[in-house]
Amino acid sequence: MSKLIKSGGYQQDVFAPVGDDAPLPEGAVLVSLARFKKDRDTLLARNTPVGVRLQSSENPESLGADVNHFALIALEFPKFRDGRAFSWARMLRTRLAYTGEIRAVGDFLYDQVNYQHRVGFDAWEVPDHFTLEMFNRALSEMTNVYQPSTDGRKTIRELRASPRPS
Amino acid sequence: MLNTLVKAVAPNMYRYDEFDAQFVGERVNQFAGQVARRLSGELTEDQFKPLRLMNGLYLQLHAYMLRIAVPYGTLSSKQMRKLAHIARTYDKNFGHFTTRTNLQFNWIKLVDVPKILRELADVEMHCIQTSGNCVRNVTSDQFAGATDEELEDPRPLAEIIRQWSSLHPEFVFLARKFKIAVGATEKDRAALQWHDMAVQIVKNDKGRTGYKVMAGGGMGRTPYVAHVMSEFVEREDILAYLEAVLRVYNQDSRRDNIHKQRIKILINTIGPEEMRRRVQREFEELKRMGTLQLPREELDRIAAYFAAPKFETGLSDSIPDAGPDFANWVKTNIHKHKAPGYAIATITLKTPGQVPGDATAEQMEVIADLMDQFSLGEVRVTHEQNLVLPHVRKQDLPAIYARLKELDFASPNAGLITDIIACPGLDYCDLANARSIPIAQKLAKRFEDLDRQHQIGELKIKISGCINACGHHHAGHIGILGVDKKGVEFYQLVLGGSGAEDASVGTIMGPGFGEHEIGDAVERVVDLYLAERKDGERFLDTYRRIGMEKFKAAAYQEAVAA
Repeated sequence: MSKLIKSGGYQQDVFAPVGDDAPLPEGAVLVSLARFKKDRDTLLARNTPVGVRLQSSENPESLGADVNHFALIALEFPKFRDGRAFSWARMLRTRLAYTGEIRAVGDFLYDQVNYQHRVGFDAWEVPDHFTLEMFNRALSEMTNVYQPSTDGRKTIRELRASPRPS
Repeated sequence: MLNTLVKAVAPNMYRYDEFDAQFVGERVNQFAGQVARRLSGELTEDQFKPLRLMNGLYLQLHAYMLRIAVPYGTLSSKQMRKLAHIARTYDKNFGHFTTRTNLQFNWIKLVDVPKILRELADVEMHCIQTSGNCVRNVTSDQFAGATDEELEDPRPLAEIIRQWSSLHPEFVFLARKFKIAVGATEKDRAALQWHDMAVQIVKNDKGRTGYKVMAGGGMGRTPYVAHVMSEFVEREDILAYLEAVLRVYNQDSRRDNIHKQRIKILINTIGPEEMRRRVQREFEELKRMGTLQLPREELDRIAAYFAAPKFETGLSDSIPDAGPDFANWVKTNIHKHKAPGYAIATITLKTPGQVPGDATAEQMEVIADLMDQFSLGEVRVTHEQNLVLPHVRKQDLPAIYARLKELDFASPNAGLITDIIACPGLDYCDLANARSIPIAQKLAKRFEDLDRQHQIGELKIKISGCINACGHHHAGHIGILGVDKKGVEFYQLVLGGSGAEDASVGTIMGPGFGEHEIGDAVERVVDLYLAERKDGERFLDTYRRIGMEKFKAAAYQEAVAA
């Protein structure tokens, strides 16, 4: 079983994953990009939240102007070594100005959660043994950062330039 | 102990502030946690592998190897003494300087690694990103800050790149490794065009200083020389531009075939024009966002750490006479310094018979003493696996030479045929197909005669024990590639490569030579060069003029007749 970590706690996952050929259930659904393209008009006409699950080879720009119709964009890590989703998340938050949920799904490690958090992920589908305590620890291992990213954290360069408590 | 008598001199180089120190300290704790999770079995070896690689820890044939970053090749004497201490305490009393200007230890125990990292952090060193599919140690010109050939010292920018690329959240799980170099001279000593990305400090036609950016060079099984991405990037835009290149690479590189995942493959598949277009789009967006803009004050602040030391004035600008051996060493190992009375001295770790790039703890300590006594506390590591004393008074050269002679590090062979690059090869590396070190040792012995070396002149031999090309064989004037044929080691000759400003990819001559034939084959190639060369041509020039066929005929002569 997996669970969802979001906004600093466990959350109920309201999105029902729907296979490419399965009938659409009532309520919020999570579909593949192919399914979305096939049933776009039907999905957008429903008055319920739609999520799309992108594989790491699927560039979010291919969502085009539809991007802000989604309540959830799940970015898949097929293998934890495949780091493309780090750039996709950043692109969603900057160029595409996407403000909905970006969820990390698939095969990723504890050691990647902090990087995901920095580039714009705000929800994590984690295995059962992955606790909230681990999640919070992952985010706190490194106090400061050298690079600006979509998390808006002050960089070490900015901290150096600001007045320090004496 | 000699080193207790010598006062450590703090050179002008980057020093950690509290933020850098905290960053490295926390990174050590983080990695210690990863090691503990591996030892407890929580992490599988498959999961641990990319994490340990990102911290410079390889599992080799016999033991763990730990690779320590030497950013842009600059070391203080205090750091050198710490490396000697680690060699003595945790390894078999020696270390190996690499072609990425790092230092690696080959016999490390996993449980010792967190302790070693803490010792390194004490002297402002780390192993962050010395391996793995991330941005590797940034390299530069070993004569930086000492040569009058440069527009400015390239190390401040290299340090800025080091900080920007350290645990960059977007780029720590790239498709493959990513190597960056920075240079500031026309004459390229840092093999810029062989890098995934390189920055050359240039002036534009308005006389303004900025950066030329190249990308897509690389060794490995598909060698390419880099393409120019931009002839001129403004100073304040450089990080945005570099980030743009990396972003395009991270998004668009193949991930389905490990041999086709370097940026060189992407660029040569879509073409440099299309790559520039994609980079430009990302760059303009990043520039608009403005968060990566590099303020002039920041560049100046970092540059201040590398300010030129106070050179003494009124020194004699001539090198004292100290015998013929010394004169030979001066001829090859001394380079012009920007300050009158000073010189740049190369210490080749290539005494014929020696393992290229190796140094014992005792040798490191004596070099640390030499750094303090004679070179303002500083040494540089070169990508050719040598060391450089960047700021020595000409009057001290005989004393330095005498001490190096005691160390067996006084070979007058910088840039000559016995100054060979070799990867660790099958003696250490589990990727290797063949041994490199013994081939390098035998070739150096064969060409040991100094008169002959000088007669041959500049000739760079580079040896790799497998197709991954860590020994830079594609860039050798004479490259040697070890291959395995049914369990037997063979060595292919590659001619005409260059890692300098005239970069070129060497051409494979043909079938490999046996372990006992390769020396004769190299000798026949060299003899043909000597017979064919015109008016002071280097080997490379003669090769480029007359082509492969004559060399091939010469090299295979005996093999064909047999």
